[in-house]
Amino acid sequence: MSNPVSTTNPCNLSKEEKLIFEKSSHGRTGTLPPIADIEETRPEDLIPPAMLREDIEGFPELSELDTVRHFTRLSQLNLGIDTAFYPLGSCTMKYNPKVNEDIASLDGFARLHPYQPDELNQGALQLIHEMEWLLAELSGMDAVTLHPAAGAHGELAGMLMIAAYFREMGNPRKKIIIPDTAHGTNPASCMLAGFSVILVRSDDNGVITPESINAIMDEDTAALMLTNPNTLGLFEKHIKEISDIVHNKGGLIYCDGANLNAILGISRPGDMGVDIIQFNLHKTFSTPHGGGGPGSGPVGVKSFLEPYLPKPRIKKKDRRFSLDYNHPKSIGRLRAFHMNFGIVVRGYSYIRAIGGEGLKRTSEMAVLNANYVKEALKGHYHLPYDLPCMHECVFSDILQYEYNVNTLDIAKRLIDYGIHPPTIYFPLVVKGALLVEPTETESKETLDNFIDAMKKIAFESKKDPDTLRSSPHTTSMGRLNEAKAARNPVLRWKRETGK
Amino acid sequence: MDFPEDLKYTKEHEWIKIEDTMATIGITDHAQDSLGDIVYLELPREGAKVIKDEPFGVVESVKSVSDLCSPASGSVVEVNDALVDSPEVINDDPYGEAWMIKVEIGNPGDLDDVLSAEEYQKYIEEEK
Amino acid sequence: MTYIPHTDKDIKDMLAAIGVTSLDELFDQIPYALRLQRPLNIPPGLPERNLVNELCHLSKKNTTVDEYISFLGAGSYNHYIPSVVKYIVARSEFNTSYTPYQPEVSQGTLQAIFEYQTLICQLTGMEVSNASMYDGASATAEAVLMAGRLNGHQRVILSSALHPEYRETINTYISNQDKTVKEVTYCTATGKTLPEAVEAQIGNEPSCLVVQHPNFFGSLEDIAALRDLIHNRGGLLIVVITEPISLGLLTPPGSLGADIVVGEGQSLGNNMAFGGPYLGFFATREEYIRQVPGRIVGQTTDSKGKRGFCLTLATREQHIRREKATSNICTNEGLCAISAAVFLSVYGKKGLIDLARLNFSKSQYLKNSISKVAGTRIAFSSPTFNEFVIESEIEADVLLKALLKKGILGGISLKKFYPELSRHLLLCATEMNSREEMDTFVEEFSKL
Repeated sequence: MSNPVSTTNPCNLSKEEKLIFEKSSHGRTGTLPPIADIEETRPEDLIPPAMLREDIEGFPELSELDTVRHFTRLSQLNLGIDTAFYPLGSCTMKYNPKVNEDIASLDGFARLHPYQPDELNQGALQLIHEMEWLLAELSGMDAVTLHPAAGAHGELAGMLMIAAYFREMGNPRKKIIIPDTAHGTNPASCMLAGFSVILVRSDDNGVITPESINAIMDEDTAALMLTNPNTLGLFEKHIKEISDIVHNKGGLIYCDGANLNAILGISRPGDMGVDIIQFNLHKTFSTPHGGGGPGSGPVGVKSFLEPYLPKPRIKKKDRRFSLDYNHPKSIGRLRAFHMNFGIVVRGYSYIRAIGGEGLKRTSEMAVLNANYVKEALKGHYHLPYDLPCMHECVFSDILQYEYNVNTLDIAKRLIDYGIHPPTIYFPLVVKGALLVEPTETESKETLDNFIDAMKKIAFESKKDPDTLRSSPHTTSMGRLNEAKAARNPVLRWKRETGK
Repeated sequence: MDFPEDLKYTKEHEWIKIEDTMATIGITDHAQDSLGDIVYLELPREGAKVIKDEPFGVVESVKSVSDLCSPASGSVVEVNDALVDSPEVINDDPYGEAWMIKVEIGNPGDLDDVLSAEEYQKYIEEEK
Repeated sequence: MTYIPHTDKDIKDMLAAIGVTSLDELFDQIPYALRLQRPLNIPPGLPERNLVNELCHLSKKNTTVDEYISFLGAGSYNHYIPSVVKYIVARSEFNTSYTPYQPEVSQGTLQAIFEYQTLICQLTGMEVSNASMYDGASATAEAVLMAGRLNGHQRVILSSALHPEYRETINTYISNQDKTVKEVTYCTATGKTLPEAVEAQIGNEPSCLVVQHPNFFGSLEDIAALRDLIHNRGGLLIVVITEPISLGLLTPPGSLGADIVVGEGQSLGNNMAFGGPYLGFFATREEYIRQVPGRIVGQTTDSKGKRGFCLTLATREQHIRREKATSNICTNEGLCAISAAVFLSVYGKKGLIDLARLNFSKSQYLKNSISKVAGTRIAFSSPTFNEFVIESEIEADVLLKALLKKGILGGISLKKFYPELSRHLLLCATEMNSREEMDTFVEEFSKL
């Protein structure tokens, strides 16, 4: 049985950790630059005085230990996957294997300059080439680029390619259809690429229907952009018919691959009629999320779209790899240099570690875990779509309404049980949504502990709703006043007001 | 939940106080309640034109953004600038201090479809 | 390897609890015709030891900058990363956490990012910073888009001494928008962007002028001279910094009149890593805050009145404003921003200033020595920070090939980006380059 626990180390974390600027003392130093083995050239002798700064006002001055202690203590105020169960829906917070960190920090990967000649990078280019191939195989696509830095960056690349394709056809189309269950990045990426967004509603079973697409698909619509499985954790089972409708009108299918963790080795987007897909290496392929990033958002396409992929591309000729910039139809580049290579290395290492069978097993266990949680909590929480789910399931707070307890209260109370809350208030089609994605790396015991905590919270919401409404109680901070932060934004420390 | 009898309402959850050709506009108690803590408000300038059923401003809570829709076309003759500086007043006093703009209405017929207090109350009951 | 904990018994028990008889049945909602009828053609998994062996082997097919004498820069710089940085960002509480949407269990990330935002403001002389972008180039493209939202103008003026890949990125980002891009040719004598040249391209209603400082050639731009030009026409001045170590020495662009300062934070504790992950930084004036792309951390108080931090002004972002958001960015480069915060904190004020001065001295040493080689001259007269361009009598590609054979990465040939500069090399010297290395390079160079 789980009970509320302190999620933090009690010896120092009940105290406030000052800002680094407040710990600063004039004249103190940490790291020193290397010894100068050349005579100094005074910048003052060569650079006009107006171009030189006199001070870096407010900049920290600390010893090395104080810096280390500061950031170490800050780290202890965080929950990570290594600390706690982290069932954030649509984020795929699976275990991040440690060996991948070691591999990515090997000098032979970490200490390469992006402009050093190809002949010095044959290992890196081979890895990239193989990773493209692995992603193509598991998604059923023909060509892959690893250029984009994150999922939304990949979406933008995909949308720009769609625009370029229709421009080339002499038929610039203006609209993209997006289901109401979509991530917010989808419509935002469409707009950035110059498209307008047409919303299509999912039906009572949480999926989009051929009829609804048939009703709005026309010859000014460039593509349907959908996530499969969608953010309700449901497989878009009409995908093939829908893609036929879209293709018949000359349109394309873009798949947001954020939820690929459900179908690895089971079903391939390329076989469903998908023309473009982006992958999120920081979700499906286990690279750590780093408190917000970095990620990597490769894009896979069918062969007719390959000419539009961003550059550079990787070329293999006579067992030699090179960066290839000669792609006249390419949409160009969306960033400097080649890709988030360090993240690609981790994703590659992950796939090689678990192999083809392991990928399939991953999806089987991810789906098993989600359904297990769903069945166990059914009845304790409202299940707006009472259907078998894929890798995630969504509950709502309707059953807790009458006790004046909402999704936010449930989420915050989970923290007291040592568990990171699920995704809340998303997807938007479910009012008060709690989107739970356990992932495959969590054991039955961890899930039972979560289920137990959730049941207790459902019970508490009847007996002791005040405790829920004022939770969390075990963290160094109580609920943060987000309204105050937005009304009077304080976005940096200042000496005058810094307190 | 408050629904003053002397006001008219829209399905976009605005209230309108009509005095001759002048309409004072704000958002309803129900609207502020469902938005939660209001943190930001954007209003047009004095003299700006507003168009029936089109946005004239924006109201934001911490995690939502809503357009403010004009119930009638006309020109803005007065703007509650103090409210822009203290949008939290919308939560405290939606029908009083939190009026937003006063509009000189071009075509009084624009307001034919507004709701009475009773009709509005019924409308939000149904919306639930 | 497997990272899956389930035993056969677990699976059996769980299937029973769900009320299905097989794993296969869990996938019944996927139409049979869409099910893959064969195993993935992906090799079997490897135990950790074999995995490490194989990937070490692959990594050794690469040659690191440490095995050569390297003068490569151009937006990716070889700086020493103090051990502290690596240890802190390897802490899994930072590394394995998600975006801090639940502030009560994310104060570590939130406060570290708040400190990062403050450090970026202090360095750039700006009032607000976001929590990071993908890299310097995409941050620059986002700055161009923001300028357009602020003034509604469509004419984008780029200095041709802005990193060529940054210019390409901007062009890609705006390729489906009604914007026109004009490039201002650099001055062939100074390597700078001259006000006269800007004047010739500025036109009516420019949206923004984008200049890099120090620019792609390493030359320091005269920001103050360009400021009034663009401001007088109602446009914004965007200053791009690809080498933030320079800010230990140079006047912050904010106090020279920049409206948006963006750049690449790789130098601040992030590996070169063959081009990424890097760190886009983005800073601007307070009055523009509602048009800023990406996440922002703000200070507030908790239910007991204690100071704390949370994500704020989120209504700008895609998860709330969707198609009307200021950007589509979601995942950013959070951990790289924490690297930067730790790097800047552990060097501290004196350390960063000394580091900047050392970079300057090193590159001046190299500049002086190489300029004495017969047939070689410093291409541009403007003062520089840690990069500069030389012109030789020999084609740059020929020089680089010959130097490579001697174990030297002798800079970057500019021919690829500027066809007219085919005998020009961009050289960079940092604190990592010893006197001995530089002497060896100059000696070998003079033999060519």
